[in-house]
Amino acid sequence: MIATFLIQDGVTNGAIYALLGLALVLLFSVTRVIFIPQGEFVAYGALTLALLDGGKVPATTSLLVCFGAIAFLFDLWSMRRGTDVRTFLRSLALNLVLPGVIYGITIVLAPLGLPSVAKALLTILIITPMGAYIYRIAYRPLADASVLVLLIASIGVHLAMMGLGLVFFGAEGLRAEPLANDNYTIGSLMVSAQSLCIYGATIAIIIGLYLFFERTLLGKALRATAVNRLGARLVGVRTHLTGVTAFTLAAAIGAVSGVLIGPITTIYYDTGFLIGLKGFVAAIIGGLASFPITAIAAIGVGLVESFSSFFASSFKEVIVFGLIIPVLIWLSLSGSFHEEE
Amino acid sequence: MKIERLLPGLAGIVFLAVIPLLPVPPFWLTILNNIGLASLVTIGLVLLTGVGGLTSFGQAAFCGFGAYTTAVLSTNYGFSPWLTLPLSLIVGALTALPLGLITVRLSGHFLPLGTIAWGLALYYLFGKIDLLGRYDGISGIPPVEVAGYRFLSDGSIYYLIWFFVIAVAIGAKNLLDSRIGRGIRALRGGGQAAEAFGVNIVRAKLTVFVFAGVVAALSGWLYAHMQRSVNPTPFGLSMGIEYLLMAVVGGSGHVWGAIFGASIVLIMKDVLQRFLPDLIGTTANLEMVVFGILLVVILQLARDGLWPFVLKLLPRRPARSLPTSDDRLAKRTLAPTGSSLIKVEKARKAFGGLVAVNDVSFEVRAGQVVGLIGPNGAGKSTTFNLITGLASLTSGSVFYEGQPMTGDSPREVARHGIARTFQHAKILPDMSVLENVALGAHLRGSAGVFRSFLRLERRQEATLLAEAAVQLERVGLGAYRDRSAGDLALGQIRILEIARALSADPAVLLLDEPAAGLRHGEKQELANLLKKLREEGVSVLLVEHDMGFVMGLVDHLVVLDFGTLIAEGKPADVRKHPAVVAAYLGGVA
Repeated sequence: MIATFLIQDGVTNGAIYALLGLALVLLFSVTRVIFIPQGEFVAYGALTLALLDGGKVPATTSLLVCFGAIAFLFDLWSMRRGTDVRTFLRSLALNLVLPGVIYGITIVLAPLGLPSVAKALLTILIITPMGAYIYRIAYRPLADASVLVLLIASIGVHLAMMGLGLVFFGAEGLRAEPLANDNYTIGSLMVSAQSLCIYGATIAIIIGLYLFFERTLLGKALRATAVNRLGARLVGVRTHLTGVTAFTLAAAIGAVSGVLIGPITTIYYDTGFLIGLKGFVAAIIGGLASFPITAIAAIGVGLVESFSSFFASSFKEVIVFGLIIPVLIWLSLSGSFHEEE
Repeated sequence: MKIERLLPGLAGIVFLAVIPLLPVPPFWLTILNNIGLASLVTIGLVLLTGVGGLTSFGQAAFCGFGAYTTAVLSTNYGFSPWLTLPLSLIVGALTALPLGLITVRLSGHFLPLGTIAWGLALYYLFGKIDLLGRYDGISGIPPVEVAGYRFLSDGSIYYLIWFFVIAVAIGAKNLLDSRIGRGIRALRGGGQAAEAFGVNIVRAKLTVFVFAGVVAALSGWLYAHMQRSVNPTPFGLSMGIEYLLMAVVGGSGHVWGAIFGASIVLIMKDVLQRFLPDLIGTTANLEMVVFGILLVVILQLARDGLWPFVLKLLPRRPARSLPTSDDRLAKRTLAPTGSSLIKVEKARKAFGGLVAVNDVSFEVRAGQVVGLIGPNGAGKSTTFNLITGLASLTSGSVFYEGQPMTGDSPREVARHGIARTFQHAKILPDMSVLENVALGAHLRGSAGVFRSFLRLERRQEATLLAEAAVQLERVGLGAYRDRSAGDLALGQIRILEIARALSADPAVLLLDEPAAGLRHGEKQELANLLKKLREEGVSVLLVEHDMGFVMGLVDHLVVLDFGTLIAEGKPADVRKHPAVVAAYLGGVA
């Protein structure tokens, strides 16, 4: 009985870690960025949803406007030697108009007491463009840097985003209302509608990513960039566009994860980091390359976590993060990763 | 050593020594102490990350090992702090060793990710163990005592901390400026060239990893006796990240930049904590945001950190004169002329279905210059790599003086006295020409980490450098001795690689397209040099495209085409061989 309970708990958390792990693998393979701040999108998403529940205008909307404005300044700076009207207007629309519109929509809708699904969608709408802005501000100027430099930059972005989370949301934790309150009993098992949402969303995103990569031109361009950046550029793939796409997708996946996890646990401004790192453990097990292995490993991480929190609760984190050590031993024995920096 | 070279350092030490005697506000000393403690960790990181190319976010955990070791032993068991100092360092080394063994074999990004994971895991572990006082930590740690004097005040432990900082910084500089250090500095370039001259790459990585762990433990030991209490917070991941920030800000390749970076970050942190809350109206620790942005900005605008800018402002130090040495390095006794040196027997290399080298056999005899030629894609470079251990044989074998060396690593191949150059020159552009050449003499020296750290190997080091200088003169690059190797032209870089190979005192020289990119006169000089080497009894195996160069030089010619040996013999005979003519001119066949 306890075992089934723990398994259910582990699978539910594991599904969230799987989403994060997939986003990390996606980002790494397309842009070579090891995106430590992925968890911050989760925290932003969950906290935004919780504030919308309270009928407040979440601070993330102002943050979005700020990010957009900074990205616009970066664009202006790179356009200082002349540009055409179309590029300028596109930058203006993407960086200033879009966040402005989202800001307006939120101000109007937030006090109305929306149905929970609408609030979830609004949250995703607020968080998703942040991915593009963060790419523009932090990573695009570093596009030629080594993986290690990009990783160190990620740590910087993580610190800044977590600090901003603290400024905008405060140090108190919040818990969002579930998307649906029902519970179903299957045999002896109680399944909440929220966890069903989590399973459904995870599966839907995995299928969606699969279709995107297999069936659309943009998806194929992303895969081409992942395999060979220079080659992709030579055949006309705009690698900056693929970077923006990958970061936007990652932010969207992060926002969805936040919406899903917000109602089942209390989220603080710094919770995202730990959640994101658990996605990382899974992504590393997948060698930062394999989507299916990452997804399966994420479920495994969730299970290890739920069982260790029951049997050795005080050592939960030690066990989960210690998991990575045997994986690294295995990686170091099984292959020679010789990469010339 | 010239006094002018010591002046800036002496001035710095005097400046540090008088600060506590001046009427400075007490919190300055607190900050300076913290800077000293952080500098120790950051110096380790500079060697690890900036020089060795290995990134760690987990250094704070090693401070924790040092601090908790002395805290437990001096409170629970009454050990004297001086007794726990070596124990703390040993614990730091013993924890770094297994973690290093696991992680340094992974190059690239898995190491830093691993360090994040263990940084977190160890932090939680510190907070969960009863012996370590859980999250409350341990208090009542005794102060350090020397002859009855107790280092209690900020102003007194200041001297202790900065004594260690300066000692470690000088030691780190010594270490980098040595035989071992050249191996460590070669890590960042991928290490392939260093390995071909006998540097043990895994061991070099472990060396810097353990060094960084030990100095972090030292910082932890000092912290415990300064603070007189420990708890897990300063040993968590966020401190680990802060140390890396210091290394990046200072400029991760410079030892003195570590102290500079630590000063900037900690002074900024103090200023921010003092003024930001008033400015924005919250008490939250906002320096995080500023640090995060600072990190990204530095990487975008000044990837080598800020220390190079400071160096530009400081007056240039006079260049170092070449150390002279009366010692001569022992020379290898060469095999008698005509005996078999390298023997390749039915060597085969298949990449999947593609057979790049197809059962090729040939021999290099002592005192011979052998040419390996063939059209593009003939398998010449692969054959080279099979001999030097860079690629593994699918079948067949390679012998050296009759002993099989199949499966030997490039390092073991180098020990036999086989020195090589690379088709795509692999030099270390940031090191001086002389140091690049001295890397070739790695196996002719023996000084280890400790002797290098304490600068006890100067005599041997001078001999190595003198030998490198001799080889540089010999190939005609003497005038470029103190320039950065990256400043040389391509042709000069090829000659530099030959000088590096010569300083290994080789029995056989393997040259991969040595004449490519050389001007006519330079080719002539190279040919003369090789002829002279042959007279001295050194054998040469060279891959080359320039037929004129090869024909006038070699004693024996081996021709490959599509991985198969199609002809061998004296150059004049091979030139007339129908298969060779067909391969090169696309005959009727």
